[in-house]
This record gives sequence, structure tokens and C-alpha cells, in this order.
Amino acid sequence: MADVVATQETIVVVGGGISGMTAAVEAAETGKNVILLERTPSLGGRVNQLYKYFPKLCHPTCGMEINLRRLRANKRIKVLTLAEVSKVEGRAGDYKLSVTLHPRYVNDNCTACGACGEAVSAEIPNPFNYGMSRMKAAYLPSLMAYPQRYVIDPSLLGTPDATKAREACKYGAVDLDMKAETITLSAGAVIWATGWRPYDAAKIQPYGYDRFDNVITSVEFERLSDPRGPTGGRIVRPSDGKEAKNVAFIQCAGSRDRNHLKHCSRICCMASLKQTTYVRERFGDEGQSTVYYIDIRAIDRFEDFYQKVQADSTVRFVKSKVANITEDESTGDVILHGVDTEGYHRYDNRHDLCVLAVGMEPNVDIKSIAGDVAVDASGFIQMGATDGGLFGAGCAANALDVNRSVQSATASVLRAVQVVNRVAKAEG
Amino acid sequence: MGDINTAMTEQYRNNFLKEVEANVEEGQWVKMCMQCGVCSGSCPLGPAWEHPPQEIFMMIRAGRRDEVLKSESMWMCTSCYNCIVRCPRELPITHIMHGLANYAHRLGLAPKMNPTRRFAKMFWNNLTKSGRVNEIELSVGLYFMDGFKTGIARAWAMKDIGIGMLKTGRLNPFGFVTHKGCKDKKGIHKMLKKAREIEDRRKGFAA
Repeated sequence: MADVVATQETIVVVGGGISGMTAAVEAAETGKNVILLERTPSLGGRVNQLYKYFPKLCHPTCGMEINLRRLRANKRIKVLTLAEVSKVEGRAGDYKLSVTLHPRYVNDNCTACGACGEAVSAEIPNPFNYGMSRMKAAYLPSLMAYPQRYVIDPSLLGTPDATKAREACKYGAVDLDMKAETITLSAGAVIWATGWRPYDAAKIQPYGYDRFDNVITSVEFERLSDPRGPTGGRIVRPSDGKEAKNVAFIQCAGSRDRNHLKHCSRICCMASLKQTTYVRERFGDEGQSTVYYIDIRAIDRFEDFYQKVQADSTVRFVKSKVANITEDESTGDVILHGVDTEGYHRYDNRHDLCVLAVGMEPNVDIKSIAGDVAVDASGFIQMGATDGGLFGAGCAANALDVNRSVQSATASVLRAVQVVNRVAKAEG
Repeated sequence: MGDINTAMTEQYRNNFLKEVEANVEEGQWVKMCMQCGVCSGSCPLGPAWEHPPQEIFMMIRAGRRDEVLKSESMWMCTSCYNCIVRCPRELPITHIMHGLANYAHRLGLAPKMNPTRRFAKMFWNNLTKSGRVNEIELSVGLYFMDGFKTGIARAWAMKDIGIGMLKTGRLNPFGFVTHKGCKDKKGIHKMLKKAREIEDRRKGFAA
């Protein structure tokens, strides 16, 4: 990787999701040199794992394609995948990043023909589907993966499968001798766009995510609804594969809760409202969605979306945070218990499937990587470091939807560009 | 802006909410309830409550003083702490329920025949008399709370447990006569009297 040239006028973007890609493209389009680092084998992040996104219910492939075109067309962007930042040192205008480059075991010759995947027999859980399906251990991360290159999972090394993969490749692309290496990158400014991860639903003990098959998270429901997902878009129960026509959505699962995440994760209300449209799309009038909520926070200008969903006769709203969930062992049905706030009626409602609208937490603990960054009580990066050149973007900075993540990325680019310009002036 | 803001929010705080905040143990937390309902749904005795905790909090905020203070509801609390553990806003719900019950009792508004209240009184009197609980007197008092006949029936129903406790030395049948209490009874009585005076002064009860 000696061909990576980074100077004090380079902007390094950490994280290749929607925020990081936006930041990289926009910084490069202002004429700055950008290095985009992504920890996983391909760009796209969590937005790429959505079936559709609100409010227009378009597919993420579309936005992904536009961003990839801009990215590929720009010579100022250098993309490094499987690159993990372990340390950021220095100050505005003079940063040093320690980056570990993990081996892909597949080089640039790869044409994504898929012969290696066919040759191997070992299977691993597919992280793109949140582990709900398995895939061959020589794989393309997703259909929209960029770069379009296969990955050999490290678990194959030393097994006969590894040899089979290498022998199957007509282009000599499989290189099993690749080693992890650590490099140091210089940067004038750093845009930190490492995004979010879903809150660990198993920690919400009364909801039994770890005990009941038919309690799943909103991100898993997203994969379940996607025709490219583990079930080909069939909304079925994990326990018995039966169609889940009667779906419950529990809002604030882990958010707005001092025992879990203190903050409101902002997107979950809109996400569940959106997911009720998946149920309607799949089952028509036979579907039934029930949203259990404290209060619906349709952020931004999305109140009309909420009203549209309210007008759907198959969607019911229950103003109540569910107290606990039990399972009917004979049928696998989940039973939600609680008391509603509109009349204080006690309910024990039976559903085929329960979707927990889990909250967002920062994906990376920035304090352990770059010490002098200001974070809020939930670990999101805050503005406020007086002389800093490290800027949070997207969900590393706050719980945001796609729209606001992109705005946040643009804002961080404007700040980073100013830092780099200052450096250029001082040197010039 | 601060002053106007405070003045405006004060308007929404009715007199009963202010009264609860001032006089009920942990009463200052009532305004923090966001009406999610997890406490009510998590209560093992939930279906037995006329007004679950969530509703009590709303009634306080709506100024329904008599209905709240005369209610049997908060006397249902068994201190299992499930609500406190699960409350997203960490309200000390159990303590507030006990605080409300105690406050209603001190005002003389609590339902007179509520069994929890009657037993609590019995326990308090038993304990404070000698500084230590006289177990046999307390359990006999509890059984015979509603008259001689029901007392016999209750004692009979519990006889196996009673005999078991006798055999293992967990119950002293001669406790009526042999119960000694603690060493400095007078000192304890003095302390309790002082504590009562302080509480009365703070909460504005007539001595």
C-alpha cells in the first residue's frame, strides 16, 4: 500500500457509509485530496442494508449508484477497504492515523465471476443479513458491493477450501499469503463517519429478544422485507417460517430509557411507520400492524407520512410502552402485556411477530481512538473542541436519518476544508 | 425569558401537585412521569389496582386530590421494585406509592378498613412499644384482626406452618410473657417522638 500518498492537506474520511461517501465525494469535488477508509470489505454501510428508506420509500441502490458514480469519477479519492483506524494523534493540520489494513486474500485481478464461491463448501453467517442467513466463506459482500471484488473469509485459511478457491480462480486473484499491515497516514483534517449500530436488544430483558424466536429487531425486519434478503422478501416468522401477517412494533426499544440509551434515536418512529407499509405491501388488507408507542416522533417534515399511515385501516396505534413479552410455546406466538395510556386498559395482545424498533448507538468508541474529542453522554461526537480538526459526520455525531446524515456530512466537509485551506496558506 | 417561562410553567402546576412535591416522600419525581405505562404493566398485582401508578401520577397532575388520597390503590404495593427497575425515567415509584399512602394516612383520608393500613399500624405499634417486634403478638393480632371466628379459621389454616416453626425454634409460644424488647426503651421512645415532631413541623401537620 505504498501508493497511498497522504499529506497535511489530505482529508481522511473514516467510514464508508452514506455519510462517509458523501463527505469524501464532496470534499474531493472542492478539489481536496481525500482518503476514504472503510472497515468492512465494501462501501455502503447500513443504508445499503435497508429495503427502502423514508419518506419517499425509494430503494437505497439508487442513491448508492449515484454516489458510486461520483466516487469513481473522481481521481482525488483513494478508497481503502478493510481498513481500521486504531489511533489518531496530532492536531488540526497535522494528524497521524494508525491504520490496520486487513487482508482480503483477493487481489485486483478479481472479476467477481464467483468461481471461488462455488468452489468452497464452508459457510459463515452473512453479516449483510444480520446473520439471518448463511453464505459461502468466499463471497461478494452484497450485490452493490464496491469494490466489486470477492472476499475470502480468514476462517478458510489452512483448510482444503482455501486451496480449492485459489485453484478455481482463472485470473490468479486469490492470494492466500496476504498479511495484515499497519500504515500511518498524514491528514490535515479527519472526518469521522463511523456511523451507528443497533442497540443490543438482548439487554432489554423483559422483551426476551434472546429467548423468543419471533421477537426480532427493526434492522432484521428490514432484511426480511427485502427481496434480496434472506427470505426473498417474504415476511415470515423465524420460528416456523409461517407468514407473519399480524406484526407488532415496539417503539423506544432501548431508547429514551435511562436503563439503556438516554437519547431519543429519532429514526425509529419513522422506521416503524415505514415498515407498516411493508406489511401492507406484502399482505394487503390481510396484514395487520400494531404500533406500541410512548409518543410518535415523526421528525422533520414527516408528519404527513404519519397521517398517511394512520389513515391505513390495517395499522393500529396503541399508546403504551409494552411492559413485557411472553411466548405461547405451542404456537410460537408472542403475547405483549401492558397498560395503555388512553383509558388505562390492561392488554395481553397476541401477535405473529414482534419487531423491536431498536435505538442507535455510536458504532465506535471514539474516545479510545482519539482522546481529545468532545462527546455527549451517549458517546456521539460533539462540536466544541476549540482547535480541533476532527469532525463527526452522520450518525457518529448524532442519531440521524439518511437525509440529516448527508447534511451533517456536508457540514463536516465545510469545516474540514477550512482546516486544510489554513494549512495550505501557512505552507504557501 | 427564564422568568416568564418559569411563571408560565408554574401555572400548569396545580396546588395538589405542589402539595405532593412538598409533603410526599419522593413526591418531586411525580412531574417526571412520561406516561409510558411500563410500571402499571410490570406490577405483579397490577390487575388488582383500581388506579395503576401511571394513572395515579396523571391524577395528581390533574389535581384530583380526594380521589387519589382516598384511593386503596397505593396500598396495594408490595415493594417488589419491578416498576423502579423498569421505569425508563428511574422514578422511585415504590417509594412514591408508600409516600402517598403514608401522607393519606397522616391526613386521615386513607380508607379506614384497608387491611394493609391496619396491619401497618399494628406492626408500628407492636414494634415501637418495646423497640423490637413481638412476633407471636403480631401474628395473633393479624389473624384476629377481623374478630374471633375468622381468627380461629385463619390460625387453623396456617397450623402446619406454625407447628413447623415451633419445632425448629422459629416461634416462641410464650412470647406474650417472655418478650423483653430492647434495652433502652425510653431512649427509643424519645427518638421517635423527636422524629415525629420534626416531620410534623416540616409537613405542616398539627402536633
